[in-house]
Formats: sequence, structure tokens, C-alpha cells
Amino acid sequence: MNKVCANAGAAIVGISNEMTLMLGGFGLCGIPENCIAALVKSGVTGLTCISNNAGVDDFGLGLLLQNRQIRKMIASYVGENAEFERQMLSGELEVDLIPQGSLAERCRAGGAGIPAFFTPAGYGTEIAEGKEVREFNGKPHILEAALTADFAIVKAWKGDTLGNLIYKGTARNFNPVMAMAGKITIAEVEELVEPGELDPNYIHTPGVFVQRIFQGAKFEKRIEQRTVRSRS
Amino acid sequence: MLDRNQIAQRIAQEVKNGWYVNLGIGIPTLIANYVPEGISVEFQSENGILGMGPFPFEGEEDADLINAGKQTITARPGAAIFDSAISFAMIRGQHINLTVLGAMEVSQNGDIANWKIPGKLVKGMGGAMDLVASAENIIVAMMHTNRKGDSKILKQCTLPLTGVGCVKKVVTNMAVLEVLGDGFRLLERAPGVSVAEIREATAARLVIEGEVPEIAF
Repeated sequence: MNKVCANAGAAIVGISNEMTLMLGGFGLCGIPENCIAALVKSGVTGLTCISNNAGVDDFGLGLLLQNRQIRKMIASYVGENAEFERQMLSGELEVDLIPQGSLAERCRAGGAGIPAFFTPAGYGTEIAEGKEVREFNGKPHILEAALTADFAIVKAWKGDTLGNLIYKGTARNFNPVMAMAGKITIAEVEELVEPGELDPNYIHTPGVFVQRIFQGAKFEKRIEQRTVRSRS
Repeated sequence: MLDRNQIAQRIAQEVKNGWYVNLGIGIPTLIANYVPEGISVEFQSENGILGMGPFPFEGEEDADLINAGKQTITARPGAAIFDSAISFAMIRGQHINLTVLGAMEVSQNGDIANWKIPGKLVKGMGGAMDLVASAENIIVAMMHTNRKGDSKILKQCTLPLTGVGCVKKVVTNMAVLEVLGDGFRLLERAPGVSVAEIREATAARLVIEGEVPEIAF
């Protein structure tokens, strides 16, 4: 079993025009920045990207937007990206906004073999339009379908060559659920180690969900909102 | 009139010992600064942390530790980190005792609109729709009127809804209001603001019973 790729360029081989991708991360925290850079370089286009956010203008998925490589975006919050808003309002970019919890659960369901589920989120709003409504325990719920992707691209702190992953801090976010939902899942890690070096008790994503893994060449880890308190 | 910090300070009085609380972006975030002494609460941020602490000291920011507003934070001793599906399991499964969020409009039947202005502003709902659909106890922190002076406390919302019949209480710069279903009960008024002024700034039906006390801190 050889899952290890030399670099991001080798890891994204097979991603072609019009494919659907899932990309982990919340804001710029825990995004697969090496793979995003490789996708920009590859020039692949017409992508459908499923990600909680759309990056900022000059980092994260914003780089693919600037390059017009994304045809459709499925996300929950896109407020940090002016280019995104421009492309959406002008109709260049197709956008499907989904409640954040439904987005996470739809990915999880996609990876867990559950085709759809009922949730109260969004009932009575425009996102419920055209969706089946059913009452459980006296409360209306809407039917949401599972999501899967041709490729899921996630970022972890540490991984081993079998694809077992450990995340750090709130960089975990959507990465574990998206790792489950890719037909092929690519993991970029800060530190790639040999089997046995990670404690099995602390694995967040078991290696069965990961098909390709590599150690990222560099992680900028840009901070979106640097907030601090004074020492005095 | 209350300022943003005073609105947060008033809502902090609603927080009970031992609660798990989710605070939205904006005024709600400020509530953490005003939780009274002796009240122990854990703050949840829906990007995946329970036990969120204050902002880090300068130089100690960690790009891998942020809140749902994408701000750098710290983790308190005893904090827990989890993925987005678990995070919303806590929310949807009603394990969180109180949710406070901002709004563009609230109506007298408890509807809330806070995610979209058609044709103008489309930022997305983030976790707000999941939060308001499930939380038992939802308080809205907002300004009573918009910049033009129009009421944001309405009979019926005009903007696309985030959730229906879910808001329990509203704290504005002018008043504390309880959602009744067919109106708002005026519970308290901001220091120096008269009942007549609140009535003037409120488009919804207002229920006033007896003497309305001033907000006390």
C-alpha cells in the first residue's frame, strides 16, 4: 500500500475540469494551502468546490476564484471575499449556500453511507424550498441529501504513511468529515511519519479514508483576524 | 440608550451558572467580558471548540486556534476541540443552553432575519440557521432601529428569514423585550428612555403592563 506522494503536484494528479472537490478548513484555518497552490498552477477549470468558506481575495480558495477556475461554490459563509461577491452578483459564479451544520452533516453522511437525513435547520426559510418536510416529535424538519466529491482535499497536523491523521486546534473543523466523503481523499500534513509513530488512541481520521498523503512544502497559515489582549 | 457593550452587559445577566453558551459575531462576542463573578460558563464556538478563552497575549497568537469570527483566541484549561459535525450535534441536539446572536430584523412571532439582503449583501448564513432551529433559549442582541431610524422590531420580517418562531428575548439599545407570539412585552427600558420613545421606535405590537423598570447593572 503506497499512499505517499512526493508533493502537492503529484497528489492532485487526476483532478480534471468540471470535477467536484471538497476542501477542508474554516476561514483560512486548516485549509490545504499546498494543494490549492498546485490547483492554481494546474489551470484546471469548471470546478465545483464544497468548502465552508471561499477564502479571502488573495489566499485560500480566493486564489482559484481570481483565476476563474471555480464554476460553482457550495459553502455556508462567504463574507470575507469581495471577488466572490462580485462574481456571484454578476452571475459568473453559481453559488449554493447551506447552513453550516447541514453542510458538515451532509459531508459526514456522504462518507458514512447515509443518503439523506432530516434536520430542523432552515425550515421555513428559502433554503427549504423544494425540499421534503416531515414532522418528528411535533417539529417540522427538512430532508437534506448527502454530499460526496470526486476528490476531498484535507489538511492535518500529523499523518503517517498509512493515511492516519491527527489535526491540531480548531484547524480540525471540516477536515475529518470531508476526508470521509471523497472518492479519493488527499491529505496534506505538516509532518509525515512512519506507522507506529502516532498513538492509535489519538487518531482523528483513520487511514482507511485517505488514499494519498504528502508532507506540505510550506505552510503560511495566514491569520484572518489577529485579535490580542494587552499584558497590562 | 445603551451602547454595544451595555447591551452585552445586560444580556450577561441572563447567563446562569453551569451553562454552555454559544455567542454570535458582533455584540454577542462582548458578553464574555461581562459574565458576573461566581457564574461559571463554558463558551462554545461552532467552528469546533468548547471552553473558548480570551484573546491571546500579543505574540502568542496561534493560526490553528480561532473562533467562528475567525479571530485568534485561547483555549481555557479543560477545553475540548472537535470537528464541525460534532459541533453541530451539540447545537442541534440541544446540548447548548443559550444562543445569543445579532439580527437585521426580528418579528413579534419570533422570526429572525440576519443573513441576506437580496441583490445587495449575500454573506451566507454560516451556522445561524442550525443554531436558531434547535436552541431552546435564543436571545437576540441588536440595535432597535436602522441608520435611517426605521424599526427593526417588526410585525413581520421583510428580509429572507434565518429561522421561524424561535427568538425568545431581544435586548436592544432601547429596551429588553420578550417575544409573545402576537407582540413584544416591554420588560425593561434603557436608562433615560421613555416608554413613549420605545413605542415610537417599535413597528411591532408592544404590550406594556404597569410600570416598566429601567435596566439596572
